Amino acid sequence: MAKAPRSKKAPSKSPVEDSDFILHSLQDALEKDRRYGASKEQLLHFYEQMLLIRRFEERAGQLYGLGLIGGFCHLYIGQEAVAIGLQSALDGDKDSVITGYRDHGHMLAYGIDPKVIMAELTGREAGISKGKGGSMHMFSTEHKFYGGHGIVGAQVALGGGLALAHQYNDDGGLCLAYFGDGAANQGQVYETMNMAALWKLPIVFVVENNQYAMGTAVGRSSAETEFHRRGTAFRIPGMDVNGMDVLEVRQAAEIAFKHVRDGKGPVLMECNTYRYRGHSMSDPAKYRTREEVQDIREHKDPIEGIKKVLLENGSTEDELKAIDKDIRKTVTEAADFAENSPEPEASELYTDVLVEEY
Amino acid sequence: MSETETKELPAAEQQDERRLNMIEAINDALDVSMGRDDDVVVMGEDVGYFGGVFRCTAGLQEKYGKTRVFDTPINECGIIAVAVGMGAYGLRPVPEIQFADYIYPGLDQLISEAARLRYRSAGEYIAPLTVRSPFGGGIFGGQTHSQSPEAIFTHVSGLKTVIPATPYDAKGLLISCIEDNDPVIFFEPKRIYNGPFSGYYDKPVQPWKKFDASVVPEGYYKIPLGKARQVTEGEQLTILAYGTMVHVVEAVCREKGVEADILDLRTLVPLDIETIEASVERTGRCLIVHEATRTSGFGAELSALVTERCFYHLEAPVERVTGFDTPYPHSLEWAYFPGPIRIGEAIDKILKD
Repeated sequence: MAKAPRSKKAPSKSPVEDSDFILHSLQDALEKDRRYGASKEQLLHFYEQMLLIRRFEERAGQLYGLGLIGGFCHLYIGQEAVAIGLQSALDGDKDSVITGYRDHGHMLAYGIDPKVIMAELTGREAGISKGKGGSMHMFSTEHKFYGGHGIVGAQVALGGGLALAHQYNDDGGLCLAYFGDGAANQGQVYETMNMAALWKLPIVFVVENNQYAMGTAVGRSSAETEFHRRGTAFRIPGMDVNGMDVLEVRQAAEIAFKHVRDGKGPVLMECNTYRYRGHSMSDPAKYRTREEVQDIREHKDPIEGIKKVLLENGSTEDELKAIDKDIRKTVTEAADFAENSPEPEASELYTDVLVEEY
Repeated sequence: MSETETKELPAAEQQDERRLNMIEAINDALDVSMGRDDDVVVMGEDVGYFGGVFRCTAGLQEKYGKTRVFDTPINECGIIAVAVGMGAYGLRPVPEIQFADYIYPGLDQLISEAARLRYRSAGEYIAPLTVRSPFGGGIFGGQTHSQSPEAIFTHVSGLKTVIPATPYDAKGLLISCIEDNDPVIFFEPKRIYNGPFSGYYDKPVQPWKKFDASVVPEGYYKIPLGKARQVTEGEQLTILAYGTMVHVVEAVCREKGVEADILDLRTLVPLDIETIEASVERTGRCLIVHEATRTSGFGAELSALVTERCFYHLEAPVERVTGFDTPYPHSLEWAYFPGPIRIGEAIDKILKD
């Protein structure tokens, strides 16, 4: 006898039969009220988490300069509001996340110990992937974080598979699949969008548009730079979000996640953000002016933005300075740990190649 | 082995000994090819405005304009596919895949289209593209920036696979590839872009300009595909290598005082089997060294060929020193890398038998 499918839900109807597609404007819902009404506690938590990412990344940059981190290292500085705004809205027990190689911030957003992340960056045994993955390849089964992937855009298609597994298991979870504006031009992204819409998969596609695909500005590599529109051909509603404002990102997450959890299929969210540092550590950044970077830092910085809200809501400069001090201490401890942990045993070369050792 | 190109060197030395590193030599080859033939087009991620992540295409867009040197989106399948179409229509595209590790989305286009177009159209259409791509490890790039996937391509009939080991060769071979009427995978060993590598990662890299192989003549010259380069002559054993490992092997032999016939294969397909055969028949011993994983690596093909052709001349089993059969690690890179210790042990073993 054939085994009954795990999901009790009827197979979804074809999107073609959804005559209301045009009405699924999630953007309208966002524009009605752009900012999430966070409690003071939540605001403080957002601030702490974003500042932790910033300080962690600054230290990672220093360790790279000292030669303790080698090879490739992509910093998340400037983009902190995206990971924090989105991941703070997840159901930690159910939902999965997958991203590309700029993944330190997404790990920290889960509250994963900075020590094991930094130790992965330095390639040490105590790292979260035993030093075998490195900066770009980190994972956490505990948090349903499916990595850190070095090949541009490949993770998006895996996200489609995670979403299909959520649907198959009928576990109520969704997949948050991040990619960059550069990855948005890979063909497999669109194969995945078609399948996700066709099968109404519980997935939120998030384009972290930091304006540059390595050294190439979006306008020089993308015919449609309004990435939130790119789902339209697959009947996937798009959202255009200010990725420099954690409260707006969180609000957008609330709207998108509800749509997906209601079984209405995928959402494509574009978070407009900016990376302050180079694409990786060896990037001379000749493709943009210092003034451009400085202007964003001065006027749009996501941490300064939330700080302003906190001060308006009764926090004091001293309180916030104390938080920064604690975070600096945490990061210093993580760096010391990462520097002093031993390298993996040479025998680790041959573990986890296949299930069986051979 | 071709005699001619080793004799070209002194002529070059007469004209003021211009010395280039491998990046500059590749840039020069592209420049020369574009200058000679309007059908040569350079394309890839960050190659135009930015000049390439390793600077191999620096200045070319300024010189030849945006229609001949252009940035593509990050879509490797699309880059190679478009190049196949361009080639079929008569152009000579030179797409860059930023790292060899990124080439896999384009495999379908390379294997099913580029490599097979000539055969299935009975020679009416060709795919004269040259896919340039930095490959190999030793730069702490982890699994997605370090791989040596050459054997995937040598296994595909209809593709040529070329790997230079010096600036002089890089220029001459690249020009040959661009002019070649078949699809060529041109893997650039990125570890030796700036200088040859001895295998001792804790020693500073010596810049190319200290070595004669960095003397790169101005203008046009070609090195034919399918001709190995004699690196050193010796009677004790033959060592077959390509790319970065040529220099590691050379350093090990120098250090150990071993007189080896070191052959830099330069092109894996077509392979200069005659030179290999002549050398092994003379020495009776053969070591094969590559960075790529062992199982089904190109060393397996070389070992089979040497055994088939030189069996009665062999005085010891053919040995291989290769990367281990694991993904390229992030940490433990130097345990993985087939460095001087493993090569030295293999030489000792072969010579003892």
